[in-house]
Amino acid sequence: MSGLLAAMLEATGPTLFHYVLVPLIKIAIVLFAGVLPLIMYLVLAERKVLGFMQARVGPNRVGLWGLLQPIADVMKLLVKEDVVPRRAVRWAFVLGPCLVVAPAFVIFSVIPFGPPAATEGGISWFVTDINVALLMVLALATLPVYGIILGGWGSNSKFSLLGGLRSAAQMISYEVPQGFALVGPLLLAGTMSLVGIVEAQRDLGMWFIVPQFVAFFVFLVAGVAESNRNPFDLPEAESELVAGFHTEYTGIRFALFFLGEYANMIVVSSVAVTLFLGGWLRPFPSVEALSFLDLSFLPAGLGGVVWFSLKLFVFLFVYIWFRGTFPRYRFDQLMALGWKWMIPLALVNLFLTGLVKVWV
Amino acid sequence: MIELLTQHGEAILFYAFALAAVVSAVGVISLRNPMYCALSLLVTFLAVAALFLMRHAELLGMVQLFVYGGGIMVLFLFVIMLVNLHRLREVRLFNEQVPIALVLGVLLVALFGWVFLSLPASAPGDSTALVSLDGEVVGNAKAVAWVLYTEYLLPFEIASIFLLVAMIGAVVLGRRD
Amino acid sequence: MAPTVTVPTPLPEKFPEGTVVEQEGMDQPTWVVQREVLKDLALELRDGPETQFDLMLDLCGTDYPERDQRFEAVYHLYSLPRGERLRLKVPVTEDVPTLPSLIDVWKACDWFEREAWDMFGLRFDGHPNLRRILTHEAFQGHPLRKDYDPARRWILTEDKIYRPHPQPPEGEDDDDIFERMTINIGPSHPAMHGTFRVVATLDGETIVASEVEIGYLHRCFEKMAETHTWQQVIPYTDRLNYCSSFINNVAYCKTVETMLGIEAPPRAVWARTILSEFSRIMDHCVANGSTLVDAGALTNFWYMFQPREEIYGLLEACSGARLTVSYGRIGGLSADLPPDFEARCRRLLEIIPPFIDDVDGLIAKNRIWLDRSVGVAAISGEEAVNWGWTGPCLRASGVGYDVRKAHPYDLYDTVDWEVPIFHGGDVHDRYRVRMAEIRQSLSIIRQLLDRGMPEGPVIVDDPHIALPSKEACYNQMESMIYHFKLIMDGIQVPPGERYSMVEGANGELGFYIVSDGGGKPYRVKVRPPCFPMMSTFSRLIEGGTVSDAVVSLGGLNVIAGELER
Repeated sequence: MSGLLAAMLEATGPTLFHYVLVPLIKIAIVLFAGVLPLIMYLVLAERKVLGFMQARVGPNRVGLWGLLQPIADVMKLLVKEDVVPRRAVRWAFVLGPCLVVAPAFVIFSVIPFGPPAATEGGISWFVTDINVALLMVLALATLPVYGIILGGWGSNSKFSLLGGLRSAAQMISYEVPQGFALVGPLLLAGTMSLVGIVEAQRDLGMWFIVPQFVAFFVFLVAGVAESNRNPFDLPEAESELVAGFHTEYTGIRFALFFLGEYANMIVVSSVAVTLFLGGWLRPFPSVEALSFLDLSFLPAGLGGVVWFSLKLFVFLFVYIWFRGTFPRYRFDQLMALGWKWMIPLALVNLFLTGLVKVWV
Repeated sequence: MIELLTQHGEAILFYAFALAAVVSAVGVISLRNPMYCALSLLVTFLAVAALFLMRHAELLGMVQLFVYGGGIMVLFLFVIMLVNLHRLREVRLFNEQVPIALVLGVLLVALFGWVFLSLPASAPGDSTALVSLDGEVVGNAKAVAWVLYTEYLLPFEIASIFLLVAMIGAVVLGRRD
Repeated sequence: MAPTVTVPTPLPEKFPEGTVVEQEGMDQPTWVVQREVLKDLALELRDGPETQFDLMLDLCGTDYPERDQRFEAVYHLYSLPRGERLRLKVPVTEDVPTLPSLIDVWKACDWFEREAWDMFGLRFDGHPNLRRILTHEAFQGHPLRKDYDPARRWILTEDKIYRPHPQPPEGEDDDDIFERMTINIGPSHPAMHGTFRVVATLDGETIVASEVEIGYLHRCFEKMAETHTWQQVIPYTDRLNYCSSFINNVAYCKTVETMLGIEAPPRAVWARTILSEFSRIMDHCVANGSTLVDAGALTNFWYMFQPREEIYGLLEACSGARLTVSYGRIGGLSADLPPDFEARCRRLLEIIPPFIDDVDGLIAKNRIWLDRSVGVAAISGEEAVNWGWTGPCLRASGVGYDVRKAHPYDLYDTVDWEVPIFHGGDVHDRYRVRMAEIRQSLSIIRQLLDRGMPEGPVIVDDPHIALPSKEACYNQMESMIYHFKLIMDGIQVPPGERYSMVEGANGELGFYIVSDGGGKPYRVKVRPPCFPMMSTFSRLIEGGTVSDAVVSLGGLNVIAGELER
């Protein structure tokens, strides 16, 4: 492996190698070995877990325990007829699903799945670390809504349009408390680099969820709302708007919307893990007696990746759990919750954090 | 080929984004369908954000993306989707104060020209101007914050008050009773 | 069987001689009314302190081609405070089939009058929207008239269809920049359980005007009943409220039994009571489950449907069918109960409560559910009565009318149970009433099981009514003749007319049956409990959002099969 890398370095020269080739390889690994299979099996896990919650079995026909179900589903979606409604705005209809997926995938480039390289030239467990990563996550997380709006508007269907409208209003309302909630950890860490924030939690000796519990709660609610999941799944509310913004979509385009929803779930969970649950850190990072939890027998910081994944799975489970438990909000109640509860809560938290930061 | 890209990559990207920004800005005022106008405006915002990034003003770039791209444009689209576009054709969209508009336009161009000419020639090329504080490179976020909260504190606060007034006004106007 | 009712006789004397005449020899007080005085009489009946007929249960037409005044409009009234019934008959001629509309007196008349127009061509002066309701817009003729050939078929295309475009009252359309959107909810829409169509005009998400279209599942039940023998009608009744098909069997069979003057044997009555209560549980589970799934709470839907699944197992063991059981027969039941009937019932009594409790645990105190349901689509008891509501939805509005208590039949007066009443009249209380009724039903079943299964036959021992056993039929000449006569000619029901009712799962399920003494019914009219409730739907959802409309439909428990027959 290292020999291969050295040969590549030799062939391309250091600039191209460090700034183009290595990130490209990492992106390929994150997307094709990490995110995409995770999404496929997340769908299966959701159906299984919901099945157990709902006194039924869930998919169990394709392969052992239905393990091949995602592959069958993907094949089905790929070969289905791609229908574009006759009076749809074609470019918007085509662009919509892509706009939902792309920003979510871009965000994965700044998520630190594991610790940075211990030595110069070693492997860091993230694609890149930029100093405004937090802002970038926030900015990119708002872009999928354009896909939903374009898809809803371009479908030339009233139910789709209503779904798009709901999505737009929901996005604006929950972007604000989400942004405020993220400022809490930012204040404590003093940096917008996600790697820096995790390292600040290590230095503080505790995860930010402890001092920033309110911010964590607000972020969680806003995150569920931004990824259009139950109980905030109004844009696609199947009993009201048929399927909301993706009513008219079929085949691979529908699959892209679907992919986008789950990718956004993973993005929100990853950001929450990074900001509030210590990222790749083990539980109680300051307690020496628990240092065996570092899993240091694993090579090159892989133990951090394991911890990150475990926390991520907890979050994803919570998403599914919500879906199995809560009814759906009504549109005006959703707005009221966002503006009358979440934003004031986040502001108060921000104010208190600022006071603590100044005086301590 | 690779050398061309590595040596002139920045220039190529700059002209690409600048072209996108200008073309889409023209689109905003020339397209007939309000939906397309709004989407052109979005493209303008995105292109400008990219230009900010290229100048190492990453904070400004991201804020541009976040606030204009993520917030304001969504609001525009929201309103456009609610508005009866068929009936909008009957409403006169542009007012008739052409002379005043012309005067203001000329004044604006003059202002930009004056600012452009009065700047030191080296400023656009100096990539560290936006990220350094007293000569020390600290990153765009800190540099902007420092300048904003020391040198321009008063204008900043005045702007906040204006926004607060506007917000309260909007709430009052929006009440249905 | 029927309680003796006294309707004050002085009332007709207020009207000119001969305009209001009491008809003798009926199952319940019946007045023949001339149409000129109908509206005054109706107002008097509704408001008079001695009459107080506040509930208009049913309005239907009948057709007697041999009479001079060929058509009759038949009104069935009920007085909630006094517990009395009254039937009004208004004869009209074929040339001038017009009556005054009673929509101002009882709002329930709205759809019933449209149905009478659709089916018989009776015209109601003053009705604001007298269009066809059950048949297609382009349909020709009036299908329930006796001279309409039941075998006639139509090919009806879309081009003549009425296109509703509901508009809010004038003067509210001020902000004309913002678009009003008209959307079609249904007939194929996930929230429309069955095939209804609600055309709603939206301002943002708020419904400012709406119109309900039904008729997508009209299957000519009443016309078909006139072409089949009395027993053959039973499978058709299964398809009325198909969520609790057994109750329909019972309602129909009991009506015919009273016309015949027979009573089902004790074992059959016992089983009918138990299975009716199980059917009611199933129906309430469907109503609450679909309400919750429309609110987005998917899990509860599965929890509510599991008891239903288990009860289907019991019905299957009894009758061989799960959904459309056809288990009732005139005079009893179609087959004896399975040997493990009691054990199965006991098992159900054990496994159903945990599911109900789980749903309550998940939902009862859930803030989102409370926000979604409390005060949504609310209606006051008074208004609900005026719209003709009965059943759990009326009891959620604070009016405790339950046929099982007010006019007990079968074994309901021998067991100890209560009528749950809530006062909110909203989605939430409709949900709570059903949950409470499920528990009451379980209690009724438990008491009946503890009493023990009566021995004996499950169908009357009368060869003119019940089919002989297969063995007897093959081996005895007499039995074979009876079998032949019953199959070919059917039961001979003496001439007369009868309205009788049971408490269906969603309200008073009445059958108004006219017999001319032949082997086939002359006229069968179902009083579908969900028909008046669906006619109220526009009133319920206007002013709310689309989400409110969707979440309120499941709680009304409108079953298309029963609504449109």
